Amino acid sequence: MVGKKRFSIFEWLLMIGFIIFSILVLYPFWQTLVLSFSDPNQASSLGPNLWPERWIPDAYQFVFGYGDIMQAYANTIVRTLSGTFLIVAFTMLAAYPLSKRDLPYRNTITIFFLIAMFFSGGIIPDYLLVKNLGLLDTRWALILPSAVNVFYIIIMRNYFMTIDKGIEESAFMDGASYFTILTKIILPLSKPVIATIALWAAVFHWNEWFHALVYIQDDSKTVLQMIVRDMLTAMDLSQSANGAAIGGGGGGSSENLLLSNVRAATVMISIGPIVLVYPFVQKYFIKGIMIGSLKG
Amino acid sequence: MASETTTVKEIPIEIKSAKKSIWLQMKKMKLLYVMLLFPAVMLFIFSYLPMYGVLIAFKNFSPGLGIWGSPWNNFEHFTRLFEDFLFIRALKNTLIISLLKIVIAFPAPIIFALLLNEIRNQKFLKVTQSISYLPHFMSWVILSAMIIEVFSPQRGIVNFIITAFDGDPINFLSSKVFFVPVLILTDIWKEIGYGAIIYLASIASVDPAQYEAAEMDGAGRFKKMIHITLPAIMPMVIILFILRLGGVLNAGFDQILNLYNPLVYEVADIIDTYVYRSGLEQFQFDYATAVGLFKNIIGIIFILGANAIIRRKSEHGIW
Repeated sequence: MVGKKRFSIFEWLLMIGFIIFSILVLYPFWQTLVLSFSDPNQASSLGPNLWPERWIPDAYQFVFGYGDIMQAYANTIVRTLSGTFLIVAFTMLAAYPLSKRDLPYRNTITIFFLIAMFFSGGIIPDYLLVKNLGLLDTRWALILPSAVNVFYIIIMRNYFMTIDKGIEESAFMDGASYFTILTKIILPLSKPVIATIALWAAVFHWNEWFHALVYIQDDSKTVLQMIVRDMLTAMDLSQSANGAAIGGGGGGSSENLLLSNVRAATVMISIGPIVLVYPFVQKYFIKGIMIGSLKG
Repeated sequence: MASETTTVKEIPIEIKSAKKSIWLQMKKMKLLYVMLLFPAVMLFIFSYLPMYGVLIAFKNFSPGLGIWGSPWNNFEHFTRLFEDFLFIRALKNTLIISLLKIVIAFPAPIIFALLLNEIRNQKFLKVTQSISYLPHFMSWVILSAMIIEVFSPQRGIVNFIITAFDGDPINFLSSKVFFVPVLILTDIWKEIGYGAIIYLASIASVDPAQYEAAEMDGAGRFKKMIHITLPAIMPMVIILFILRLGGVLNAGFDQILNLYNPLVYEVADIIDTYVYRSGLEQFQFDYATAVGLFKNIIGIIFILGANAIIRRKSEHGIW
């Protein structure tokens, strides 16, 4: 009895510790939310900023009324959808043949793929290639260089290899082509791994900013992450930019906004979709990590 | 019986004309090769062609002459490398930041997983875990925007607390003393929960009978953690540790590029950020490629070495 009681004190302490930990993890998110709705006066004074003095939507009005930001939002959505489609398609096209143990030269081809995982040219040769292909400042530069992901291919191939060969062989005897077998038999049986890879790819494209930084100059083709990044450096350049009103005399309510209000609002709309779907899809990420670690 | 007859049938055919049967097999599977062609061509263009572009590391590159047409320069960039104060500084910073992350940030998910394992309330456990890996799904651009606010001298909570105790506000992100600790702390924030997933999975595979037997012997919580749970995750810890050592030259490009500024270059500029600035901001394509190549070669040696060690270790049975 005495032992049990001591355990429960330990457990209580541990749980309090974890609650504090969770608050610390979430605090920066909450603070950004509060800042995005705060009055500029509150935003420019020191404080815990746990609650806005009054909730004002001005920063969001500014963000949603600002053409460049909305254009970047649309670009991010288009990029994520098309980029995810490309990654999933190329992953399947490589993973299915490589899952066949009796495919002649399978090992050679696998090594061809694996080498790309270890060796890379580096950012300058990558940049020169994209430039020489004439892809600079095109939307293709954001989705083509990352379309083949060897790590995803290995994970999907390993999953395909666990599927019972019997069904496939009898379909083949009935005269079905490999393509029919892939689309009609293999893919329906592989929904969990496809969901995982599609989610990884979608998060990757939603968050990716470096290719946009290096390959895209034209503001009308940039992505949301780059808008936020430009706002980070704007603050770095001079401390005064920190307190300067942005938007100038342009639109009524934006006059008194701080760069940080607008940045916080932009951060909120850019993490919004991830946070909203997060509770529903996180189990696929976890599943994916298991598949990846146990067999990869 | 059935399997015996098939092997008897197949062997003579294979001996007679192995080449012909490979050819027949390839013909039968030609559609599979057509499928493979698409990703293989993409990979060739976007991964293999840049490897050719690495040649400019050995040349005086001028865009007009092209990669092949530019003149060779007798490893000039590589001799310059070791006289370049900024490169030496970047190499030093890379190693310092990376090793500090290995020492401090690497054990964090292990401790987190061990402590989480002591929680028996499943709902509490799940919620804590879900919260813990939320930052992992955000980019360093987004996280940096939050970090700048948290440490801001004007409104950050950290400086609010410091001033509440009569301290002077500190500009953490412009301070040569505090910048690297901020890097390590925020790295832990982003990855602690996600990193713990894999350890929790290894813990889940421990046979409950082991704990029961230990309890019979009078082992308490702490003893069970040290003698059962920790040994259970040790193989995974060792593998991930070796892999992490293999990546010692990756000190966190995305994180640093979004958080640093010229005031802290002295402690924060790593090889990757140096390559980025000298290549894409100052347009010294050839020199930046040489710096990047130097880093890649050392990095590949480390990673292949790490893989070889893991393979040998797991053969000799840490498993």
